[in-house]
Amino acid sequence: MVGQYLEFERPIVELENRLEELRRRSEVEEGDFSKEIEKLEKKIETIKREVYGNLNRWQITQLARHPDRPYTLDYVKMIFSDFIEIHGDRLFRDDPSIVAGFGEIEGRKVVLVGQQKGRTTKDKLYRNFGMPHPEGYRKALRAMKLAEKFSLPVLTFVDTPGAYPGIGAEERGQAEAIARNIMEMAGLKTPIVVAIIGEGGSGGALALGVGDRILMMEYAIYSVISPEGCASILWKDAGKGETAAEIMKISARDLEKFGIVDVVVEEPEGGAHRNPEAAAENLKREILSALDELEGMKIEEIVNKRYEKYRKIGEFKGGGK
Amino acid sequence: MALFKKKEKKKGNRKVTVPENLWIKCDNCREIIYRREVERNLKVCPKCNYHFRITVDERISSLIDEGTFEEFDADLESVDILGFVDTKKYTDRLAEAKRKSKRNEAVVTGRGKINGMDVVIAVFDFAFLGGSMGCVVGEKVTRAIEEATRREVPLIIVSASGGARMQEGTLSLMQMAKTSAAMKRFHDAGLPYISILTDPTTGGVAASFAMQGDVIISEPGALIGFAGPRVIEQTIMQKLPEGFQRAEFLLEKGMVDMIVPRTEMKETVSKLLGYMYRGEKKRASGKNG
Repeated sequence: MVGQYLEFERPIVELENRLEELRRRSEVEEGDFSKEIEKLEKKIETIKREVYGNLNRWQITQLARHPDRPYTLDYVKMIFSDFIEIHGDRLFRDDPSIVAGFGEIEGRKVVLVGQQKGRTTKDKLYRNFGMPHPEGYRKALRAMKLAEKFSLPVLTFVDTPGAYPGIGAEERGQAEAIARNIMEMAGLKTPIVVAIIGEGGSGGALALGVGDRILMMEYAIYSVISPEGCASILWKDAGKGETAAEIMKISARDLEKFGIVDVVVEEPEGGAHRNPEAAAENLKREILSALDELEGMKIEEIVNKRYEKYRKIGEFKGGGK
Repeated sequence: MALFKKKEKKKGNRKVTVPENLWIKCDNCREIIYRREVERNLKVCPKCNYHFRITVDERISSLIDEGTFEEFDADLESVDILGFVDTKKYTDRLAEAKRKSKRNEAVVTGRGKINGMDVVIAVFDFAFLGGSMGCVVGEKVTRAIEEATRREVPLIIVSASGGARMQEGTLSLMQMAKTSAAMKRFHDAGLPYISILTDPTTGGVAASFAMQGDVIISEPGALIGFAGPRVIEQTIMQKLPEGFQRAEFLLEKGMVDMIVPRTEMKETVSKLLGYMYRGEKKRASGKNG
């Protein structure tokens, strides 16, 4: 096993270390280790299936936030044959926690917008941990308006803990920026495909998240508030994130059931970071299929169907509907 | 978002809680004031202009011509989709809020007249689970917006909310998209929407229809923002300056158009609509000719 592992992966890691040790010994020592190796390999397969086949929502949350998980620009590199980034909201500054630009997938030209997290400490700070300021959302909208103007479909990658809760963000109208994006995306006269690739943190995610087809990576999460935030409000204890993740039902499979997500994109065993190329391949396939479906439709029909899609989300009683 | 639990605690010391007494103490200036006078003044302190929180009925009667209000969708009720239990069951919280407010949900919608002009109005009840938006609130607001679009009349929303309702999970978040989609169509129809922000308007309500007004008016002193002050303080690890996220601060930063005291709200809205709205018939003939 490579890279960093999570607490619930410990039994797997221990066995894998033993296997490695055994293999090393088989090279230098006399004797036949092959039976033992085979037995251990089988055991690892079984335990992997057990662990990864029964992930609870808190474990999924940890995978969604895994430090090795592919981010927006990683997917761009793996999926796009070309990408030209554009910068700035023309009002205040460029916000590096959102990337936007023109790109090409299998000969299809799109406008891409996505939140971007950083990998190294320096990069994390530069990307503000993927938490956009209003100017980030305004840049995103500018890019989407370009897409509308030039009849290009919009593709968004959602991966944010949330919109940044800070002084400057509030001063410059975080609420207004998000509200505007949501409203404009609802009426944008070009197809929109949304992919939730990691963390879908509340309004800050939805500000890039209104579209015609909502894809969601198998181990991504999408919630109204972070599990920790929910826990600190309900039990005054951010440590109860695990319980909160369970009751809020924030996994891709949950949201597919609620009709919020259209397609759950399968991830390699153990998560996208275990095999980023395979994850990217799956994502690419679903993006292309969504673009294909939308390509044949008239734009009025697309926008009307988008309206209907959101119009019917919600459960209640009474009112004859 | 969904910070109503915190806010709920605050509510207690803000409400006018002594209706039997002839005199009450203002929560802001601590002056002893004559209760009748405060009530005549739409629950605004005559000494310091502090705006007490008011009920939905008081709000409606302060804006809508007497006897003209007709409520929409009062029978819509929330369901416990997630089976949500924290320190209490969601169903118990709902039952309690219903019993206290004698209404089914945190928003009341309907139509009425403002100085004779037909409008559709939605008024939030912060006392009902912090005015939080779940599926029913989202549905009622959406229906109100659609009704205003259909009738070709102006729309007024008086917001007071901690944001999206945690107990309905991501479905609550989606109500921001649902209401905003309806709002887009309303705006595209060329109709006027006046958003009135009252204390407090934060989270998912601020980050959707509350900030989508053609004109945005705030009551004095109202707390308005995306993130709640406590969340910001925890993030930046320092105390926020006095007056941060208050209406006056937002006016200075260019986020609201004006601050209007409650006592002048109806006349201001009425005047504004006079500029923004020429009535259904004229608008229609304008379109054709």
